[in-house]
Order: sequence, then C-alpha cells, then structure tokens
Amino acid sequence: MKIHKYDTVIVGAGGAGMRAAIESTKRSRTAVLTKLYPTRSHTGAAQGGMAAALANVEEDNWEWHTFDTIKGGDYLVDQDAAEILAKEAIDAVLDLEKMGLPFNRTPDGTIDQRRFGGHSRSHGEAPVRRACYAADRTGHMILQTLYQNCVKEGVEFFNEFYVLDQLIVEEDGVKKSAGVVAFELATGEIHIFQAKAVVYASGGTGKFFKVTSNAHTLTGDGQAACFRRGLPLEDMEFFQFHPTGIWRMGILLTEGARGEGGILRNKDGERFMEKYAPVMKDLASRDVVSRAIYTEIREGRGCGPEGDHVYLDLTHLPPEQLDAKLPDITEFARTYLGIEPYTDPIPIQPTAHYAMGGIPTNVEGEVLADNDTVVPGLYAAGEVACVSVHGANRLGTNSLLDINVFGRRSGIAAAEYSAKHDFVELPENPAAFVEEQVEMLRDSTGTERVSEIRKELQETMDANVMVFRTEQTIKTAVEKIAELRKRYKNVSVQDKGKRFNTDLLEAIELGNLLDLAEVMATSALARKESRGGHYREDFPNRDDVNFMRHTMAYREVGDDGAESIRLDYKPVVTTRYQPMERKY
Amino acid sequence: MATPVLDKVEADSAASPYITATFRIRRFNPEVSDAAVWEDFTVEIDPKERVLDALHKIKWELDGTLTFRRSCAHGICGSDAMRINGRNRLACKTLIKDLSPEKPITVEPIKGLTVLKDLIVDMEPFFQAYRDVMPFLVTEGNEPTRERLQSAEDRERFDDTTKCILCAACTSSCPVFWNDGQYFGPAAIVNAHRFIFDSRDEAGEQRLEILNDKDGVWRCRTTFNCTDACPRGIEVTKAIAEVKKALITRRY
Ligand SMILES: Cc1cc2nc3c(=O)[nH]c(=O)nc-3n(C[C@H](O)[C@H](O)[C@H](O)COP(=O)(O)OP(=O)(O)OC[C@H]3O[C@@H](n4cnc5c(N)ncnc54)[C@H](O)[C@@H]3O)c2cc1C
Ligand code: SF4
Ligand code: FES
Repeated sequence: MKIHKYDTVIVGAGGAGMRAAIESTKRSRTAVLTKLYPTRSHTGAAQGGMAAALANVEEDNWEWHTFDTIKGGDYLVDQDAAEILAKEAIDAVLDLEKMGLPFNRTPDGTIDQRRFGGHSRSHGEAPVRRACYAADRTGHMILQTLYQNCVKEGVEFFNEFYVLDQLIVEEDGVKKSAGVVAFELATGEIHIFQAKAVVYASGGTGKFFKVTSNAHTLTGDGQAACFRRGLPLEDMEFFQFHPTGIWRMGILLTEGARGEGGILRNKDGERFMEKYAPVMKDLASRDVVSRAIYTEIREGRGCGPEGDHVYLDLTHLPPEQLDAKLPDITEFARTYLGIEPYTDPIPIQPTAHYAMGGIPTNVEGEVLADNDTVVPGLYAAGEVACVSVHGANRLGTNSLLDINVFGRRSGIAAAEYSAKHDFVELPENPAAFVEEQVEMLRDSTGTERVSEIRKELQETMDANVMVFRTEQTIKTAVEKIAELRKRYKNVSVQDKGKRFNTDLLEAIELGNLLDLAEVMATSALARKESRGGHYREDFPNRDDVNFMRHTMAYREVGDDGAESIRLDYKPVVTTRYQPMERKY
Repeated sequence: MATPVLDKVEADSAASPYITATFRIRRFNPEVSDAAVWEDFTVEIDPKERVLDALHKIKWELDGTLTFRRSCAHGICGSDAMRINGRNRLACKTLIKDLSPEKPITVEPIKGLTVLKDLIVDMEPFFQAYRDVMPFLVTEGNEPTRERLQSAEDRERFDDTTKCILCAACTSSCPVFWNDGQYFGPAAIVNAHRFIFDSRDEAGEQRLEILNDKDGVWRCRTTFNCTDACPRGIEVTKAIAEVKKALITRRY
C-alpha cells in the first residue's frame, strides 16, 4: 500500500474531470486519477453538439435556453442551476474555442450552430439553431482539446488507477471527505490518496442496460463508492433512452441527424412523429420520441421481420451534406450494418443513454449529505452528479455543456477549499474495505460467473425498467436484482494474478452496477407518476401535487447487517417558471 | 423520397447466423512465464459481430485471464488497436466476416511498444512523443472577447488530422518506428500537423523545429503503412508530406 498526499484529487478524466483539472491545477497541487487514459473517456463519443445561446446564426438568448432546459426536464429541474447553465454556456463555448477547439464555422468565420431536440425560440415557438458543433464529433473535439490543455498546464495524471472507495470521516458529527482509495491496474497495488478536496467526475452508469450507447467502462463506480459510504443518490429513476441507437447494438446516431433534416419512419414509410409532436416533429424531446417509437412498434408498425425497430431516413439529404456534417455516424451505418445511408434508411431503436440522476450537489459542485448539508471537501460534476439541470429528461447538447460549466465550477471550488483547509486525518486502515473486496473476489471458489450475472441484469433492466414501466415490471426487476445480488456473493474470477487483472475489476464493476440498479428500480417503483424519462403506464400523467420533488435514496444497514434502501424527497428549486403541460 | 423497404440485413438474419471460428491469440503474462505463446480458442459466433465481441466471448466464457483494453466498442476511444491477421486494426471496428474466418484469425499486440500482458502494451512512449510536439493551441497577444474568427476554408485545412483518436495503430505499423523507438512516429506528426495548419496558432515554427530533429519527419520513408492502418481514415502519409513541405518552404 502506498500513501499519496495532494491538495485536490479529481476522480475521472472525461470532459468534467479535465475541465475541473485545468482550473484546479492552476490553484492547487492536483492529481487526476482515471481508470482510462484520459482520451479514452466516453465524452469522446459525444457527437451532436454543445448548446449555447450565442445567437451567431439567428436570434437567441440564454433566457430561452433556460426555459427549454426546464421544460425539457419536465419541471423537475432546479431552476437556479438551469439559469447558471444557460448563462455560463456562452463563456463555456468561447473558452473552448480559445483553448483551440475546431468548431465548424459560419461563412463569416464565427462558430456555426445547428438545431437540436427541444431547443426553441421564444418558449417553444419554433426550433432554434443553438448547438455549437464540430461535425458529428463534438465530444471527441472537446475531449482532445481539454487533454491538450491539460498537457499545456502540466496536469498530473494517474492513468489506469481505479478509485474503489471514498474515505469519509466524521468529525464533530460532520461527515468529511478524507480522500480516496485506488487500485492500480498495472500492478494490482492499492494506493491511498489523502486529499483536502476530492472531485468526482467519473461519468455515467449505462452498462446496467443491454442496448446502450454507453461504453463498457461506464459502471457508476463513483456513485456506488459514495452511496456505499452513506451518501444519498438523487433522482436515480430518471434515465434517458435516446431514440436513435443502431438496432440491437445501441451505438448512437446523433439527434443532429434529425437536426440536419433526417426523418423517422415506420414500416409504412409514414413520418409518424407528426402524430405525436405536431410542432417539433422529429425534434421533440427525447423521451417523447422514444415512446413514440415504441408505440409504433407495439402497434405493429415496426420494421423488419420481427417488427422491432423503425427507420432513420437520411436518403433525401444530399450526400455532400452527410459527408460534411455527419461523417462519423454514416460511417457507423456502413461499418456495423453494411448499409449505405445515401440510399438506404438505417434501422434504429431507442438506446439507454444518459443518467439524469447521480450524486446530489449544489451549484458550486459541493456534494450533499442530505437535503441541505454539504460534505466538506467533497465535490462532483458531470454525468456522475445531479445538480439538477436535467431534471426528469436531459435536452440533447446540454450535457457537454454541463460538464464544462460545472466541471469548471467544481474545479475552482475544490481548489479554493483546499487552499483554506487542512487535511482530514485518514481513518484507521483506510485500505481495509478495498483489500477485503479484492481478496474475497480473488480467493473465492464460488461457482457464479460475472458475465452471466451481468447478462441477466442487463436483460431484466431492458425488459422491465426501460421506456415503459409499470408497478409489475419494476417489481419483477427489483426481485431479480435482489436474486442477482445474492448470487453475486458467490462469484469468482479466473485471473488470480496482480498485473492488469481486468477480470477482477469487471467483477468489482458488476458489484457497482448491481447496487445502482437496485437504487434505480426502488426509486422508480415509488414514483407513481410519469415525468420525463420515467414513464409509468399505470400512472400515465405527471402528478405535481405528490411528485414535484427529487428522490433521495440512502443505503441503510440494520443492526443485523441487513442492507436496505431508504427513500426521502427534496423540494425542487423554482424561480421564474411555473410548471405547465409539456407539449412539442 | 425513398420509402423504406425490407432490406438485405433482415433478409439473411433469418437463417442461423452462427459460424465456428478459431482465434489464435498471442498470450504473454510475465507472472506466469517469460515466454509468449500462441493459444487457440474456438467460439460459435455471428460473423457480423466484431472481433472485440469474440474477445469478450472468450474472456467471459472460456478464459477470464485473457487481457486487453477496450471501452467504447465503436471505434472512437482508441483503446483496442491490435494486430489482427497481421494488420493493425481496432478490434471493435473489425467484423469477423471480413477476416476469412474459415481460417484461424490471429490476434497479437501492436508492435514496437513493450508488451505488458497479452494484448496490452506500454503506451507511455507513444503518449510522450505526442506530448513532445506541443499538441496545444499557442496564441499571442490579447484574447478577443468573442471567438477567434476562422474561415471555413482555413478550418478545412486541418480537418483530417483533428480526427485522430491516439490509438497508435499508425505508429506501431511503421517499420522505422519498429527499428528505432526514438522516432516520433506518425501519430505525433499528425497531431503536430493539426496545429501547424490551424490559422489561429502561432507556434508553427517551434513545432517544425522539433520535427526537423534527427528523430523527426525526415525519418519517414513513405511506406504508407500508417495510412493503411488508420481506423479513422486519416491520410497520415499526406499529413507527414505536408509537414515536410512546410519545413522546406516555411510556408503553412
Ligand atoms: C454516444 C454518446 C453521444 C453523446 N452525445 C452528446 C451530445 O452530442 N451532446 C451532449 O451534450 N451530450 C452528449 N452525450 C452525453 C455526454 O457525452 C456525457 O454525458 C458526458 O460526456 C459525460 O462526461 P463526464 O466527464 O461526466 O464522464 P466521462 O467522459 O464518461 O468520463 C468519465 C471518466 O471517469 C473515469 N472513471 C470512471 N470510473 C472511475 C474510477 N472508478 N476510478 C477512476 N476513474 C474513473 C473514466 O476513466 C473517465 O475518464 C453523449 C453521450 C453518448 C454516450
Ligand atoms: S493517426 Fe489514425 S492510426 Fe494514428 S493514432 Fe491517430 S487515429 Fe490512430
Ligand atoms: S473500444 Fe474504443 S476504439 Fe475500440
């Protein structure tokens, strides 16, 4: 075991982590721990764009953007946070441009903008061009640009270090962060990072679904580490299903494809979105489009022999436009489906995409231990966190924005905190939990396989807590997850070595997925209404009287050691917009 | 307007899609033995799946010790460059059906970088070469309040080289790099190109000086291996040639 001491430790080197690191390295001695090489992070997969009311191509302002964000989130958005997001968006984009990001340009040389779902002029009147983009690899360019600037600033990285535990110490009845415990992939060695401030930027948790746009490595490690240590998780029932994933594979085809004029069609060739969203049509909010697709499929208008998908039709767009604006996704269709998008429509289905919920924070990125108490020295930003700017449903292009705005804020806040505070003393045996977990898995002679449990988990999540949910399906999932958690105690790994033991790490990641799947299903069961990404067929309407509130899930351990989840609620911050019915 | 009809993909998915394929994988684990060996694994798999899917199937069902890097699974993160049937490719972007799966498919780590375990190599020297070319925008004078302007044509000049995902497929396919790891290698030059030809940047001279070094661009012997290997379709050799030309003419 090795012990390191840094003022600030950042967990994760995606967009949020590196944006935080650039600020924090200027102000404090910072280490970034990341399980992937920074440029491998899933921010690089983002395609379509980053929202900001630059008004470069048509009239726009941050107030409209704020409204769209709140409406898109089905009014579960904290409005103070949404306002910050939309206001600071403009500088966030300009900062990236100054750091070197090669945005697409307008004829007069300014940053070009395009349409995206849910973004509108004058509170829903018509679609507006608000998404700043670099072809269909905006996330790739953000990730590269931020890494380049980390190289420039001399940010210190610990690559292929897996953070597996959060150290929390109670001082005078206050929970404080003392640091983190990490596992070094190359050697199997355990490292303690004592830090005055820790920032979680470890990304999403989509791998508990089978059809997903998320990377294999998005296993919710940060959420799970905090939850296990008694910190709450907010709004975990809200997960976004993106309408256009490649059929069966889940690989994303950006909404930018519809922003460029792409159309969804059923087996009769009908542009069915006209029925569901007469104004915004194919560019309605994602939850609306995903439900429309499944409604078409269920009512027998799906395509293919099994009628299990619909088409994204780009064939009416000029090939030059596809080449210039959508080169990567058209390439995906060619590589993975053998389809030529110039001439053939692309089979798609909704794909599990984005976790709206996560570690609750305030607008400075400080992590909350309950509805109002912050955990001194602990911060979170990006997909791992819940500020909450996305509420019940995130608008496309608002996450690349979120990671930049709140990554920056939390990096500054954490570094300022570490400048003013001392180290919190490490708990006794800080590595104990991780050591025990690693030993247990390595020495286990159990008969369960990680891959089998993971597969069953993914199948039950897809079948029961995806686009449509009912009391019964969610209960089925809850029971199945409980069974899998029991079986998980009996898993073993084949690789008993120390070097690059990815077999062992996959087992640990599965443990995290199981914990978080349970939180998600439990939170979903209790929310007896439909809102944004959470759609209950048995409660098809939004219920503002009983459910205009954030879910806060806590892990409880009884005297007998039995674990359970306790649900509590937190009010939504409302400033200027009163909830209205959501129509597109 | 095209009306969608049942397409080929669905037509042939009705028959049993599975085939039996053998993967001949180069194994190495210094915790077990100092020698690398070939090991064969036979799996039933849909040939429309990726080599990465086959590696997962082997790891998850046959041998958990098989070790490789991967993350995104669709060619965007650069984790899984490896030598497949003797050619550098991303395992997640290579479909089994395109590899003549009637014969054993060989899978080895990329060459020229130290193998650490199975398909995992030491990427540090690769990233060091990248960091050495100043891969970041350098500007002088006061920052404008709004964005810097750039015409669409100026933006186009370095578009190709912004696509790089730092997978190392190019550098590890280069015979010059195999012989001498001091050579910067194509990926570093591609990333220098990305800034040298960016109209907003003002450190082109410095980067060119770095690449004028004995381990710089002049080592390139234009074998085109890099261009063939690049999974992002970047015209790597062309980018290197543009840098060479810029060194001679000092115009870029
Ligand atoms: C295919 C796709 C397309 C998208 N397109 C768009 C778009 O066009 N516009 C938009 O706004 N949003 C888009 N999104 C959403 C957006 O890209 C993500 O939400 C966002 O990039 C997440 O960034 P992040 O920094 O929070 O996490 P990530 O980029 O996922 O980074 C997570 C980091 O945490 C590290 N990490 C994880 N676990 C650990 C651990 N245990 N220890 C140490 N390190 C760890 C990883 O190494 C990684 O560096 C898209 C998402 C996907 C999947
Ligand atoms: S130039 Fe191509 S092959 Fe080389 S590192 Fe970049 S993406 Fe990979
Ligand atoms: S796994 Fe990301 S490039 Fe292959």
